[in-house]
Amino acid sequence: MSRAGTITRRTLLVGSAVIAGGVAFGVYAVSTPHANPLESEVGPDGATFNPWVKITPEKIVLIAPHADLGQGAAGMQSLLIAEEMDLEPGGYEIEFGPPSAAYWNRAQGNEAAPFMSQDDSIVAEGVRGAMTSLFKLLGMQITGGSSSTPDSFDKLREAGAIARETLKAAAAKKHDVDVAGLKTGKGAVILPDGTAIPYTDLAADAAKIAPVTGVALRDPSKWRLIGKDVRRPDIVAKSTGALHYGIDMKLDGMVHATVRLSPRRGALNGFDAAKAETMRGVARVMEITGGVAVIADNTWRAFKAAEAISFDWAPSDYPAEQDGHWDRIAASFTSGSLDAEWRNDGEVDTGLAEGGVTQVEYRAPYLAHQPLEPLNAVALVTDEKAEIWAGHQIPRYVQEKVAAITGHEKDQVIFHNQYAGGSFGHRLEFHNITAAAEIANAMRGTPVKLTLSREEDFATDYPRQIAVARGQGVARDGQVRTLALDIASPSVVRSQMGRLGVSVPGSDSQLPAGAWNAPYAVPNFRVRAYAVEGLAPTSSWRSVGASTAGFFIESFVDEVIAAAGADPLEERLRLCNWDVARGVLEAVGEMSNWGEELPVNKGRGIAMVESFGVPTAEVVEVTNTDQGIRIDKVWVAADVGRVIDPVNIENQVQGAVVWGLGHAMNCELTYSDGMAQQSNFHDFEGMRLYQCPEIEVRMLENSGRVKGVGEPPVPPAAPALANAIFAATGQRIREMPFNKHIDFV
Amino acid sequence: MELRVNDTIHQVDVEPDMPLLWVLRDELGITGPKYGCGIAQCGACTVHVDGMAVRACQMPVSEAAGSDIVTIEGLGTPDSLHAVQEAWIEHQVAQCGYCQSGQIMQAASFLDLHPEPTDEDIDRAMSANLCRCGTYPRIRAAIHAAAGKLRSA
Repeated sequence: MSRAGTITRRTLLVGSAVIAGGVAFGVYAVSTPHANPLESEVGPDGATFNPWVKITPEKIVLIAPHADLGQGAAGMQSLLIAEEMDLEPGGYEIEFGPPSAAYWNRAQGNEAAPFMSQDDSIVAEGVRGAMTSLFKLLGMQITGGSSSTPDSFDKLREAGAIARETLKAAAAKKHDVDVAGLKTGKGAVILPDGTAIPYTDLAADAAKIAPVTGVALRDPSKWRLIGKDVRRPDIVAKSTGALHYGIDMKLDGMVHATVRLSPRRGALNGFDAAKAETMRGVARVMEITGGVAVIADNTWRAFKAAEAISFDWAPSDYPAEQDGHWDRIAASFTSGSLDAEWRNDGEVDTGLAEGGVTQVEYRAPYLAHQPLEPLNAVALVTDEKAEIWAGHQIPRYVQEKVAAITGHEKDQVIFHNQYAGGSFGHRLEFHNITAAAEIANAMRGTPVKLTLSREEDFATDYPRQIAVARGQGVARDGQVRTLALDIASPSVVRSQMGRLGVSVPGSDSQLPAGAWNAPYAVPNFRVRAYAVEGLAPTSSWRSVGASTAGFFIESFVDEVIAAAGADPLEERLRLCNWDVARGVLEAVGEMSNWGEELPVNKGRGIAMVESFGVPTAEVVEVTNTDQGIRIDKVWVAADVGRVIDPVNIENQVQGAVVWGLGHAMNCELTYSDGMAQQSNFHDFEGMRLYQCPEIEVRMLENSGRVKGVGEPPVPPAAPALANAIFAATGQRIREMPFNKHIDFV
Repeated sequence: MELRVNDTIHQVDVEPDMPLLWVLRDELGITGPKYGCGIAQCGACTVHVDGMAVRACQMPVSEAAGSDIVTIEGLGTPDSLHAVQEAWIEHQVAQCGYCQSGQIMQAASFLDLHPEPTDEDIDRAMSANLCRCGTYPRIRAAIHAAAGKLRSA
């Protein structure tokens, strides 16, 4: 099929599904704003101009509805509001806000539209617009897909600007002066005579007038905070043990619970808790959906009692042994399992017939998320309401899940989002939420803190997708001529959305993410994705599909470049057909002084993957030592369109590189007897400090589109490392984790 | 059982084998030390017992009785920061921050013994403290900075 044919078919599939939805809901619903949930909170003397700002006579509160999982979302969101509102850092409080449709995500619909990031055609933009309308109609409040910054950038600056201008209007009216003569600064309106009136003093007056609209945003040259070195607002609390995470929550009369849920995700046939029930501090052992809860007066006592229970778990509905998972993938490269042909440029079959085919297979295992704060939740259910405290990325679904258990209306479910000790996609799931709600519902009036043990968190982690890719490539005359890459993996999107009760139409663009959209003008280039059924349920793991498909494409491209005898950077630059991606390739080339003479035991690898709209290139340098491979240095260049917080962005990029490298080197999640075999950080280490290289980061701002950076530096890390190992040793590593094939220092 | 934590005496009625971590967190409400793994693999629970960095998840409370226990809350406060905390703030080390109480306690104890650490010393001393966010480059830099502060103090 021609490229145009492929694109048209896909467009119709996704476009028609979305447009059908739009027609059904109608134009009015799309254009009407959701209600401001703060209206009921501020009281008679307080003002709220929009869902992100509330001011009372006592304080200014900025709402940061994107969950702070450690990525700094709270600081980023409040900074954007404070910039336009002329607030000083520290001059306001930050709250996560309630679950509300008003906090629908404007940016993530763009990623759900299956078009290359650089594609700004009418069709691509039209489908993005339709997807975005759907997110609004659904009131989809979600933190994920590196979308917090693109969602917030305009919206929260507008929120701040509207608040500022409305406060000025209130001051003008109160003091009978012309608004044109007023200024703002340091959280106050400044009168022509220089008198500063704190915003808090104007709250009651501002509440009486309609918010000023149509306010122009400031020119970037006027920014005081955006793009400057600022201190993240939680840094002192996080450096003194003062920050309270969900797991630190305490309520009067609270009991401590833990659970054991089926490690095979099946039924509980039976259990024996006779011993556990007699143990010190144990108040109750109760069966809940899919498992058993222990309620005690101390978390450790609950853990000990749970260990003393014997269980009879029903078998899994996925293969009990790991080999069965790989077999099922191997059997899925068939027309019946084809999810979509995502790219078909040129004449691939003719290209392959030229001979000299490089034929390879790559494998990537399941991986656990395992942020350092284990899943937990505090719940208090009464007849009037159900309250729940936890860190979560989709708050409105928390409400829905809890309401379904306790029988309350959704608006009687009060969810308090909490600072989270990491997530990496883990807090998109609900088993901690539903278990806590079920326990608390059975103990109405008693607050319950549920904490999963680390072992339980591993056992119930919905892992990153397992994946296999088969590539055939041809090089001729020193150039890459033909690439054909077939990728098979379970659909994370369908697995995850299925647990939300949502069926997703069309193909899953995450299956080939990072591969089909590689910005390379290879004459013959085909990418197909196959969806594997019947495997373990999976969930979004930092960078989702690109964490596997990015490894496949950039390892494969490197192999065919090597077959061509070409330089890995030069050939990528020759093939690159997107100037923004070219920019990041050139940047890492310059930063690393690519091409310089290296000692014989050293090697460098390069990889470039675009995910979530951010092309990211990385060069990894390794030394082949007597003790194994040592990673010496990594250079990273990424184009996010606009840098909002340069310190945090560097930290995020470094962390994403550590995440990508550490798991590629050291980690896999495997099943035996239907259960995950890895149970704690002794057998799932990620990266530790001694393996961490120096990581030099450069951010570019050429794309013209503001994007988020939490995920995009993950996908290139693994292939850049594999390519570096090849350069240093001549050994191609085509399977993660790499330590199955080579030693690391 | 009597416990001395951050210069305050507490009476606790717990099993002697209850790990110090859970006495601190659930009995005394001192939540700076974190539960991460429960098997001394992550270091998030690190506290000082008589000046030594120990994993509170593995130390039975009976072994800590009679000792001077210091948690992150006792190392320094926002108004009176320890040099390591100052460096951690200046370098903006934390992302999620969940491991950082343990990292800071480990680093403070390490610098007591190694006032002029090399990168290799830091690798050895800090590699049992896991950071899932990957703040290691900043941890290294902050330890060097803290060492400088402590030497000049």
